[in-house]
Amino acid sequence: MIGQIVTHCILIIFGLIFILPLVTMVSTALKPDVQIFAWPPVWIPNPRMWSNFPRALTFVPMILYAKNTVVITATSVIGVVLSSPLVAYGLARIDWPERNLLFLLIVSTMMVPYQVTMIPVYLLFNSLGWINTYLPLIVPSFFGNAFFIFLLRQFFMTIPRELSDAARIDGCSEFGIYSRIILPLAKPSLAVVALFQFIWAWNDFLGPLIYLKDQTKYTISLGLQQFQSGYQTEWALLMAAATMATFPIIILFFFTQRTFIQGITLTGIKG
Amino acid sequence: MGKSSPTTRRNRRLGLLFTAPWLIGFAIFTIYPFAASIVLSFTQYSVLSPPKFIGWSNYLDLFRDPLFWTSMYNTFYFAAFSVPLGAIIGVLLALLLNQDVKGLPVYRTVYYLPSIVPVVASAIVWMWLLNPYYGIINAILERFGIPGPGWIADPAWSKPALIIMSLWGVGNSTLIYLAGLQDVPVSLYESADLDGAQAWHKTIYITIPMITPTILFNVVMGLINAFQYFTQAYIMTNGGPADSTLFYSLYLYNNSFRYFKMGYASAQAWLLFIIIMFFTLLLLRSARHWVFYAGED
Repeated sequence: MIGQIVTHCILIIFGLIFILPLVTMVSTALKPDVQIFAWPPVWIPNPRMWSNFPRALTFVPMILYAKNTVVITATSVIGVVLSSPLVAYGLARIDWPERNLLFLLIVSTMMVPYQVTMIPVYLLFNSLGWINTYLPLIVPSFFGNAFFIFLLRQFFMTIPRELSDAARIDGCSEFGIYSRIILPLAKPSLAVVALFQFIWAWNDFLGPLIYLKDQTKYTISLGLQQFQSGYQTEWALLMAAATMATFPIIILFFFTQRTFIQGITLTGIKG
Repeated sequence: MGKSSPTTRRNRRLGLLFTAPWLIGFAIFTIYPFAASIVLSFTQYSVLSPPKFIGWSNYLDLFRDPLFWTSMYNTFYFAAFSVPLGAIIGVLLALLLNQDVKGLPVYRTVYYLPSIVPVVASAIVWMWLLNPYYGIINAILERFGIPGPGWIADPAWSKPALIIMSLWGVGNSTLIYLAGLQDVPVSLYESADLDGAQAWHKTIYITIPMITPTILFNVVMGLINAFQYFTQAYIMTNGGPADSTLFYSLYLYNNSFRYFKMGYASAQAWLLFIIIMFFTLLLLRSARHWVFYAGED
């Protein structure tokens, strides 16, 4: 009994620490200018300045950035969802001698830091004339992502072999088995892949920083950073913009919590 | 390949066909850049004029570059604190969450949320929280009669500030640990109960050993991420004050995309790869001394 209370106390204290920055973000976003630098800090702003949000929009074209981000994010989600299960299928459902070796190779590329390949890949895209376009941020996703291939392969391995064998006897082609039997079964894991890719692409900073030059092409993350370095003292507007950048992700999380938890659980298993 | 049956050959062809997207991507986005970055690391190249071969000069210059050593020191400092502290707090929270607590979904959500907040947004929020004059953190410290430090404005406190901020994102690994904990077979605890074991003993002798594989996974991933730490430092401090947050990847970025010293930066990238490989292998080698694999006797 006492143990339970102590457990809850610790969990609540940590919970408050974890939530504090987000509360501060929203509360500062709603503050009138005079309360921002008040000491001790004001927790609940009065009056609440909802007008800070439209004001922030006149400083940062968040709507345009959001549109750009959605284009990049959606296309790259399509890319990984088309390519990763194909590769995972080749590793999990087709019995060929070199498949385990290839699997090992794919998993080991997860440890290659982005910085090592960053410069030559940049130079390659530069010579193709792709700088200041979305292509460098989109095209690689169509070649599969090691982490997602790993995840899907683990799932495909659990599907009984008999399902494929029966279809094969009925004269179904390998691609037919893939698209008509395995993929429909894999919908929940494909949702995990799509969700994770969405979050990563939405939050990505280094990619857009390197490849996007034109302000009208910026993503939310890059636009927010540019705004931050330009208007360092406009804290209420900065927080309003940060809140707007975070809000879609949090909404998405609340609607897809179960998929999220499942995805994280999959990550850890036999990592 | 030699003599193989028609079925094997057919399956190999199909296997290659299905994995083709990754194989092609691997050639373009991994093999080619790897080879190119070795070659580039022996050249002087500013993109504007063609690369000029200069032998080992980039590497020799790096070892004589005080900023290189500063960035190395900062990165090791950051990794040495953020990775172990993250593991300890992550395991601790997961152990607490695993005790059949009421309201688990709420705690899980609260702990995980920081992990999905866009890094740029969280960096901006933390700049405000860590503000020496108006920030909430120093306001709370003052309430307890502690004079707050300058945090990211003070070279002595900037790295600890970023380490504390990194612990805010511990929720992701907490949930991975929790998944590991929930996989521990109940039968192990039941037989310990028969022997009259205390809760504390069960944690030390059953729970922790059973999740050591998960700890290894998280520590390896945490270490790789720590060596690549970039965005927060770029946004919040841009390496300052007095280069106290000039981390390895930030210095690499500056050399490549600010000063366009592509050859020099490639040498740096290669060293980063070797360092990461070395520590990853070291951790994996150490695994047999402390990681317990169930079903392996």
